[in-house]
Amino acid sequence: MGERLALSGNEAAAYAMKQINPDVVAAYPITPQTEMMHAFAQYVADGEVDTEMVNVESEHSAMSACIGSAASGARTMTATSANGFALMWEVVYIAASSRLPICMALVNRALSGPINIHCDHSDSMGGRDAGWIQFYCENAQEAYDLFALSPKIAEHPDVQLPVMVCYDGFIISHTVEMVDSLTDAQVQKFIGPYQPRIDLLDYKNPFTFGPLDFHDYYFEHKRQQVEAMEHAHKVIPQVFAEFEKLSKRKYSFFEGYQLEDAEIVLLVLGSTAGTAKVAVDELRSQGKKVGLLKLTVFRPFPVKKLQQALSGRRAVAVLDRCASFGGFGGPVFSELRSALFGLSDAPLIRGYIYGLGGRDMGIALIRQAAEETLETAKKGQPTEEIGYLGVRE
Amino acid sequence: MASLKELSARPERLSGGHRLCAGCGAGILVRQILSAIDRPVVVSNATGCLEVATTIFPYTAWRVPWIHNAFENAAATISGVESAYYSLKKQGKIKDEQDMVFLAFGGDGGTYDIGIQALSGAMERGHRMVYVCYDNQAYMNTGIQRSSSTPKYASTMTAPSGKVKPGKTQRRKDLTSIMSAHHIPYVAQAIPSHWKDLTNKVQKAINCGGPAFINCLSDCCRGWRHPLDQTIEVMRLAVDTCVWPLYQVENGKLKVTYKPRKRKKPVAEWFKAQGRFSHLFKEGNEGLIEEIQADVDRDWERLLSLEKWGLSEQAEEGE
Repeated sequence: MGERLALSGNEAAAYAMKQINPDVVAAYPITPQTEMMHAFAQYVADGEVDTEMVNVESEHSAMSACIGSAASGARTMTATSANGFALMWEVVYIAASSRLPICMALVNRALSGPINIHCDHSDSMGGRDAGWIQFYCENAQEAYDLFALSPKIAEHPDVQLPVMVCYDGFIISHTVEMVDSLTDAQVQKFIGPYQPRIDLLDYKNPFTFGPLDFHDYYFEHKRQQVEAMEHAHKVIPQVFAEFEKLSKRKYSFFEGYQLEDAEIVLLVLGSTAGTAKVAVDELRSQGKKVGLLKLTVFRPFPVKKLQQALSGRRAVAVLDRCASFGGFGGPVFSELRSALFGLSDAPLIRGYIYGLGGRDMGIALIRQAAEETLETAKKGQPTEEIGYLGVRE
Repeated sequence: MASLKELSARPERLSGGHRLCAGCGAGILVRQILSAIDRPVVVSNATGCLEVATTIFPYTAWRVPWIHNAFENAAATISGVESAYYSLKKQGKIKDEQDMVFLAFGGDGGTYDIGIQALSGAMERGHRMVYVCYDNQAYMNTGIQRSSSTPKYASTMTAPSGKVKPGKTQRRKDLTSIMSAHHIPYVAQAIPSHWKDLTNKVQKAINCGGPAFINCLSDCCRGWRHPLDQTIEVMRLAVDTCVWPLYQVENGKLKVTYKPRKRKKPVAEWFKAQGRFSHLFKEGNEGLIEEIQADVDRDWERLLSLEKWGLSEQAEEGE
């Protein structure tokens, strides 16, 4: 086993990156991702990694260089936040469509405008249909673990898709916690050497990468991309199980807390899960049968598993840290409602928006959502009203 | 330098059968450039005519490794390819004796305009790459719209000549000078009508030990509006009128590599050969040709004095 270390989320992700020892990292600084790249740059400067670090002039070029590098048979990683992610948007899609197993730390921050540096999920949620696998972390330990194992999923021959490991800006990125690490050798053995499917540098077998793809083939290629996500449904639990054997830490599509006999379920992503566990304990002590479902894997969206876990419950409250302007509730609410629609014993669903631009999400607000959802369950009437937690109306 | 006979005997790296227009400068210059490189090469191609016409899936005209990513990022993409190569080589995972050549092609849209940031960044970072702008002076792939390389008074679809406007009213950007200001080891202006000069420059570029930039004027008979069998003649006019001077800046030293024998031809000859300038000869547009002639004369004299007296940085060093 590796050491137990006191690390911020950014340091934990940088430590995982160091242990992966990628061939190329191309990144551009943005708050709150910066400290992660500072830490990694020091590993490069101290000769602790073999990585070629490309300090590009923008996030668009960061992802562009990552695409060139990954197509050249190099294990490639990057990190960004918010506006940086928005700037690289065009090439974020191209990375996934080109089936390049790039791994990226996405340190969640509110998108401009107005400009704000604090946490919400508007950045990564906007990229939910870009074709990347998306993990959401509760704390620094998860940021470390999920980033460390991400290449094994991304590079799996049946998957070949990029992976985004999302962790909350400042709340996780800048908070120091105890992190149980693996040794460098354990990480190296776990992920194994990168075996690229296509190698642009193999000039004896020249390959044309990224050609023009018209109506006669484009659709089939998109269909294959859908299929790759289907494969990820199978590969992700396999890799999680292997990781558990190694680390004794269990991961799955989602984690349940007091879920088994819960009548009311709170569904959250990211660091809010920690606060929600305390709120659930308080509600339980009052005899209220409330449980928590923390969604770790949002892409691919585990529809069947969520149906199994939630059917028969009285009501579910989905807490989104992202607004979908003009849409029906937040993105997770909307997808969950659609996933459960038509089930004979589907629960009633309520949608909440909270924490935009880093607005604090305390126990009281989570309790409020739970109480209102208990009320909905009691009435037995569905509601289309979207709640806003902690906002001045 | 290899003779024309030797060059023509080298294996064809861009095959026939691609869908570039007859008379297009891009296909000519790509073949010349690839035949001038005697090492394994990987190409990054910005979105544009060259990319769309050579790689319509499931076909490709490229017999060398080739990558297209997007419009504005050919330089950033090849910088990633180059970084991967040197990382893998450093780790002993690649065992080539000779280094590969990292080559990027972008049109003036992908280079002067939307791609200038990625280009500037890649050059400043010092990647061992050669970026070639095939500059046909407008967004030809999307149907002849103005770019910052479009010459003053040329008519394009987004800045057409009309009753009150004589086409584009701004001067073109001097990208070659901008790239020279990056203090990279090799910058040049070239043209495929002068194949020997171009071949020389490509060989200097691939052996300069750092980033190199070649700005290559590339005829587009559709956008420049002339018959397709006049491509080479029109490009020669660009050189002989000194509208497109051929020169290089090698480790800070500027050299004009071609000077018209007696005196340069009047710029009107270059205008006359192309439909995009035909309005300049019409009533109401008097004086415009003289204005451009004065610009060309001044730029040419400036270039000659830079060659004679050195770039300003060298002058400072001497003080």
